Amino acid sequence: MRFERRVHRPAALVLAAPVIAVAAALALSGVLIALAGAPVLEAYGRILTGAFGSRLAATETLTRAVPLILTGLAAATAFRARLWNIGAEGQLYLGAMAAAAASSLLFGSLPPALQIPLLLVTGALAGMVLLLVPLWLRLRFAVAEVVTTLLLNFVAILFVSMLIDTALKDPMAFGWPQSLPVTESGTLPKLIPRSRLHVGLAIALALAVVLAFVQARTVFGTRARAAGLSPAGAVFAGVPLGRTLMQVALISGGLAGLAGAIEVMGVTGYVTTSLSPGYGYFGIVVAMLANLNPLGVVAAALFSATMFVGADAMGRTLGVPSYIADVTVALSLLAMLVALFFTQYRVRR
Amino acid sequence: MSPVLELDAITKRFGDTLANDAVTLDLGRGDILALLGENGAGKTTLMNILFGHYAPDAGEVRVMGRALPPGRPMAAIRAGIGMVHQHFALAPNLTVLENVMTGTERLWRPVSDTSAGRRKLAALSDRFGLGADPDARLGDLSVGEQQRVEILKALYNDARILVLDEPTAVLTTPEAKRLFATLKDMAAQGLSLIFISHKLDEVMAAADRIAVLRGGRKVAERLRGQTTKAELAELMVGRAVARPVRQMSPAGSPVLTARGLGLRQGGVDRLKGVDFTLNAGEVLGIVGVAGNGQAPLARLLSGTERPTAGTLEAFGQSLGSLSVPDIVALGMGRIPEDRNHEGVIGEMPVWENAVLERLPLFSRRGLVDRRRAMAFARQVIEGFDVRGATPRTRTGLLSGGNVQKLILGRNLIRHPRILLAAQPARGLDEGAVAAVHRRLLEARAQGTAILLISEDLDEVMDLSDRIHAIVGGRLSPAVARDRVDRQRLGLMMAGEWENAGAV
Repeated sequence: MRFERRVHRPAALVLAAPVIAVAAALALSGVLIALAGAPVLEAYGRILTGAFGSRLAATETLTRAVPLILTGLAAATAFRARLWNIGAEGQLYLGAMAAAAASSLLFGSLPPALQIPLLLVTGALAGMVLLLVPLWLRLRFAVAEVVTTLLLNFVAILFVSMLIDTALKDPMAFGWPQSLPVTESGTLPKLIPRSRLHVGLAIALALAVVLAFVQARTVFGTRARAAGLSPAGAVFAGVPLGRTLMQVALISGGLAGLAGAIEVMGVTGYVTTSLSPGYGYFGIVVAMLANLNPLGVVAAALFSATMFVGADAMGRTLGVPSYIADVTVALSLLAMLVALFFTQYRVRR
Repeated sequence: MSPVLELDAITKRFGDTLANDAVTLDLGRGDILALLGENGAGKTTLMNILFGHYAPDAGEVRVMGRALPPGRPMAAIRAGIGMVHQHFALAPNLTVLENVMTGTERLWRPVSDTSAGRRKLAALSDRFGLGADPDARLGDLSVGEQQRVEILKALYNDARILVLDEPTAVLTTPEAKRLFATLKDMAAQGLSLIFISHKLDEVMAAADRIAVLRGGRKVAERLRGQTTKAELAELMVGRAVARPVRQMSPAGSPVLTARGLGLRQGGVDRLKGVDFTLNAGEVLGIVGVAGNGQAPLARLLSGTERPTAGTLEAFGQSLGSLSVPDIVALGMGRIPEDRNHEGVIGEMPVWENAVLERLPLFSRRGLVDRRRAMAFARQVIEGFDVRGATPRTRTGLLSGGNVQKLILGRNLIRHPRILLAAQPARGLDEGAVAAVHRRLLEARAQGTAILLISEDLDEVMDLSDRIHAIVGGRLSPAVARDRVDRQRLGLMMAGEWENAGAV
């Protein structure tokens, strides 16, 4: 058996790839669920009802999807230009910290209409700054940003951890290490009353649409794509490589910082070291699952959120560990990589 | 005498394309057989079947009368077939000796017997005059030396039949001459050789027998003494092709001048004291052996690099500090040396590649004007006969010749005042070369000033009005085409240009 490169990549196959990948991942996870001694179909039924079965479940799933969409967009934007930003987790924490601190120390008394945009911008800026350091190291000294962004995650999280135990510690929190809170007027309005779902969802969806447009239709998007596909070709065609990567880094870091700001302003209200269960890393999975397409990111983020929220409920009722969600999402990524391979190659005897 | 190697009615199909259609070949001891054909004629497929990379759909390969099992490279190696790939299958971080010995010892041996390997390698080097330092790191060697290592590796495996895939594609003229001398010596010592080529000159120079492949079929087989270059060209292309002839015409006024141009990088002078003047309506040829400063010169003119000394002016305006979009807007067309890595981005559609270097012209307020860009691409495809392309075709699917037509088209359709053409016909087959040359001469007739950078002496002689040689980053004085011959140019390319009759 050997593989031959396809001359044409059938559009239907490209669209079907993620669906097939998810189906394959669910089938494989089914084997694990069966091994755990639970009925497979019922387990998946419980996951679905757990994620969408009630108003509460559905709003919870959507709330979970918001940071995943934003970190997914951050990764997709960077990866398209072959800028390997693995640092969304650190950028997210720094963005959250910056938004919380700015709310309680600087803008706390401003009305929501002013304060909310200011806090969002502050969070995004913090994420940008954290990504500019590795970018500068890459452009100036050719240091691989895969390594620097990854390691800066730990630096950023430990830095935030220090702040919430010292300078920015909330004195009213009975000694718990948590940050100063976002003020009432800095909190994101609810999208649906009596739920945790906030307007962050609308912001994330709007950004996905904007980024899809930018990527496909603008001069900047075309150049960023060219820079990612072939640096030599882009340079010959006059694409300013350094400047384009800089713009890409600002968008990517900004989105990850924004994810942190929105999470702290919309859900938690203050920063702790358990703010994110790995949203920054799952953003990478979401982006790959979406084949780096901004609109695909929305779908992939919804799928991941469904699995996480639904598996919790399923685990409680059927006794299957909810880690099955991590396994399924990870398997779907692997399956997606295989599926992408088959959109490019065909099998020969 | 029975043949050493027989290929019997080999047929191989990929999807709808018939890559090899009942091809039969044989090779005797001490034979040098050239396999001649255009790109896509099925030469490489045939050799991959011989070497066991592909299994044929029908037919068989016999070595010394014994059939080889299909699709088994190890069996082919054991039967004494050695392959020298066009893109070497060597590891740049290993030494010459390590590269040669890789794969010859069993995996579970505790230690590698390097002293025996060293002795065998030295004996082979001696016997065939293939000098190579066994302890040199492969990555530090020149391309010609790396090729010698690849040949030594095949010989180390006791190859008696050697297949070379386009061996001269990466070599300079003197290196190629040396390679062919080595090949003849090897044949005289009883080895049998097949080399793949689409260059008529080298086929006529080195082969005893020539098999011509076209569209997957063997269309002819000739002894060298019984054929001519013209006949082979016609057999290869399937019709008579004539390269266009340059008509005399007076040159116009100067449009591009370089004075004392220099480029220093990492403490090395890539270019030094380069002076030239390019006039409207002429082709100025810059000829030289690869690696003598052609690439840096092309980068300076393309706007992707800045000179560190001297001036470069077009229409009285300095180019030294302009960006690529500025230079393109000024009316300069650019054909890069490496069309697949610099000229186009293979993963992008044809229309994006058509407009990428002039995006500002095809955009409004930061948005790409798709309709106009598509229309432009359609114009290029039709006007320049880019076969198999629509604006939405992925560019990587086009053949080399059609990619080059796309690059030529996107530049020439706007009638540039200056055209930089770096190796414009390199690696193209006969038909495409003629098409590219015709386009360049048409542009010249319309007043475009063309700077032709090439390693191909014939190309430079055919197209240029005046010629500089480039050696070690310096330019010779220009000589008029009509006052030089190949010998004189050959001397100039070796750096001897005193008394060359400068104009």
